[in-house]
Amino acid sequence: MWRLAGSLPALVAVIIVTFVLTRVLPGDTATYFAGPTASAESIAQIRAALGLDRPLPEQFWSYVQALARGDLGMSLTTGQPVLVDIMNRLPASAELTLFGLLIAMGIAIPLGVLAAVKQGSLADHLCRVVVTAGVSLPVFFTGLLLVYVFYYLLGWSPAPVGRLDAFASAPPFITGFYLVDAALARDWETWHSALAQIILPACTLGLFALAPIARITRASMLAVLGAEFIRTARASGLSSRTIILTYALRNALLPVVTTLGMVFSFLLGANVLVEKVFAWPGIGSYAVEALIASDGAPVQGFVLTMAILYVLLNLTIDLVNRALDPRARHS
Amino acid sequence: MSAVLDVSDFSVEFRTRSGIVRALDRVAFTVGRGETMALVGESGSGKSVTAYALLGLLDAAGKITQGRAVLEGVDLTAASPGELARIRGKRAAMIFQNPRAALNPIRPIGQQIADVLRRHAGLSKRDAMAGAIDMLRQVGIPDPARRASAYPFELSGGMCQRVMIAIAVATRPALLIADEPTTGLDVTTQAVVMDIVAKLASETGMATILITHDLALAAERSARIAVMHAGHIVEDAATKTLLANPRHPYTRRLLAATPTAAGALSALRSIPGNLPDLRRDDLPPCRFAARCDRRLPGCDAGLVWRDIAPAQRIACWNPT
Ligand SMILES: Nc1ncnc2c1ncn2[C@@H]1O[C@H](COP(=O)(O)OP(=O)(O)O)[C@@H](O)[C@H]1O
Ligand SMILES: [Mg+2]
Repeated sequence: MWRLAGSLPALVAVIIVTFVLTRVLPGDTATYFAGPTASAESIAQIRAALGLDRPLPEQFWSYVQALARGDLGMSLTTGQPVLVDIMNRLPASAELTLFGLLIAMGIAIPLGVLAAVKQGSLADHLCRVVVTAGVSLPVFFTGLLLVYVFYYLLGWSPAPVGRLDAFASAPPFITGFYLVDAALARDWETWHSALAQIILPACTLGLFALAPIARITRASMLAVLGAEFIRTARASGLSSRTIILTYALRNALLPVVTTLGMVFSFLLGANVLVEKVFAWPGIGSYAVEALIASDGAPVQGFVLTMAILYVLLNLTIDLVNRALDPRARHS
Repeated sequence: MSAVLDVSDFSVEFRTRSGIVRALDRVAFTVGRGETMALVGESGSGKSVTAYALLGLLDAAGKITQGRAVLEGVDLTAASPGELARIRGKRAAMIFQNPRAALNPIRPIGQQIADVLRRHAGLSKRDAMAGAIDMLRQVGIPDPARRASAYPFELSGGMCQRVMIAIAVATRPALLIADEPTTGLDVTTQAVVMDIVAKLASETGMATILITHDLALAAERSARIAVMHAGHIVEDAATKTLLANPRHPYTRRLLAATPTAAGALSALRSIPGNLPDLRRDDLPPCRFAARCDRRLPGCDAGLVWRDIAPAQRIACWNPT
């Protein structure tokens, strides 16, 4: 609870910064919406309707008041309240990001552990390649490359057109995650379609997240394997399975969890590009479209959502750390 | 007294980038049932390497190059890694310096004892935990059932060392190696910890190797002392004999450097010279020769171990 309160100043700062940013950014919202042929009067009319002619502090105050009511403003492009748009699109982004993170963890953690346990082995070399490649490949490039290879060249995956192919319809809303909802509804056809669509963008994100997770797992595992309590465990004749999984890995996971938090927040950022490449209807592509249209409210709403997600994320990491580490529970 | 552990001609080398470290050279000693033998020597003389090599805990750079180490009839140097893992913790156990770091920081202490019992005694989860609580009681931890769920950071150093002892002796091993078990503990706690080890040893007939650089502690707690210098055991004798009549020049210096209860701290004289660099290719046969004031020309011809008196073995041509 205290930690939640501690992040309030950061949220306030984010609100101020986003407000200022959308006002000073180049591109005039009123001009954009009036269209290229509009007269000066009609532009002024639109500006007055949007409240853009009032002084900045006044605009800010009404913005904050609206925020307090949960009103993020209207999107001029979709004609919907921003809050509704974001709520509709958030599950798509969340599903994609989490799936990408799961893929990365599922590969990077075992790889890092193997690389540390058997130094100089094939796994160790593979780990090094992954870490180097992951650092040097930009995420939109891997995205385009995957589309090119698996859709265009091989034809293994469907066209990158969003969460489902044209013939499938969304499963009934339960969590908003299509893979989960379709499975709960036992609608395996939709489930397969959703899986086929998500696999490439999720792999793109996964490849991006692979390197930092593998690197920290390997380093952390190496450090723990050299610790004195591992020597005790070996001197007690515990099986290597117990030593590696129960004694070493659980201790090594502490820094890994912290890194996962960081990686997750990077992924939220990388999402913006990946959603654009795969036409994924998430909040990232929503923000990009709004930005291009100089539509301020969605951009503000997006940044605010990210800030809240970030705070919640840190809270989760904290809770997981407490569950894993008795020393953290104490302090 | 039948020997629990019989070490002979035991040598260990480390292959490092800067050369081969000849850490142990033809080490030999035996420890009998219920006997406590002390292994003393300056820091860096090879005491810990002896312990790790016996239990197969050397890191990849370290190799046993020759010799035998027979524990209850099994040659540890010829045992497979799997056999060693079954012997370690079951028939031969070890406790360490800095007990808090030697315990898993995020696992309850009772669980850590239970892990050993499950592995070696094949107990069920519940029986292993009951056994762990019983061990905590035996090492004198108050309210053991509640303390079993404590973590190392919640206990004092002395309590952690008791837990360490409980882990080591849980399976009633034939041999306990205690590597500087009281270094870093305060004096009262040192005595308590050593009392616990002595009590368990006499109850179960466990042989104990007490590794220490503290000759006074060795004198107080062991029946026999083996003195180590630069990877050689230079003198091995009954404690009384060694204290009253040390024959190796190094033992004599070591005794002179140890403040006794009667002598003031000013009596502490450090030993001149350093341990030789064990990576040298031209190590002299006697690794103490460069620091020795009784050196003879014959000292460079070779080193032999001989019984100079009943139960007193030295590696010196010109004993005092
Ligand atoms: N892993 C290792 N690699 C290289 N040399 C080592 C290693 N471990 C110990 N040594 C060397 O072996 C010698 C004895 O060390 P050690 O047994 O730790 O001394 P101590 O008597 O203080 O316990 C030292 O010269 C040390 O440098
Ligand atoms: Mg040592």
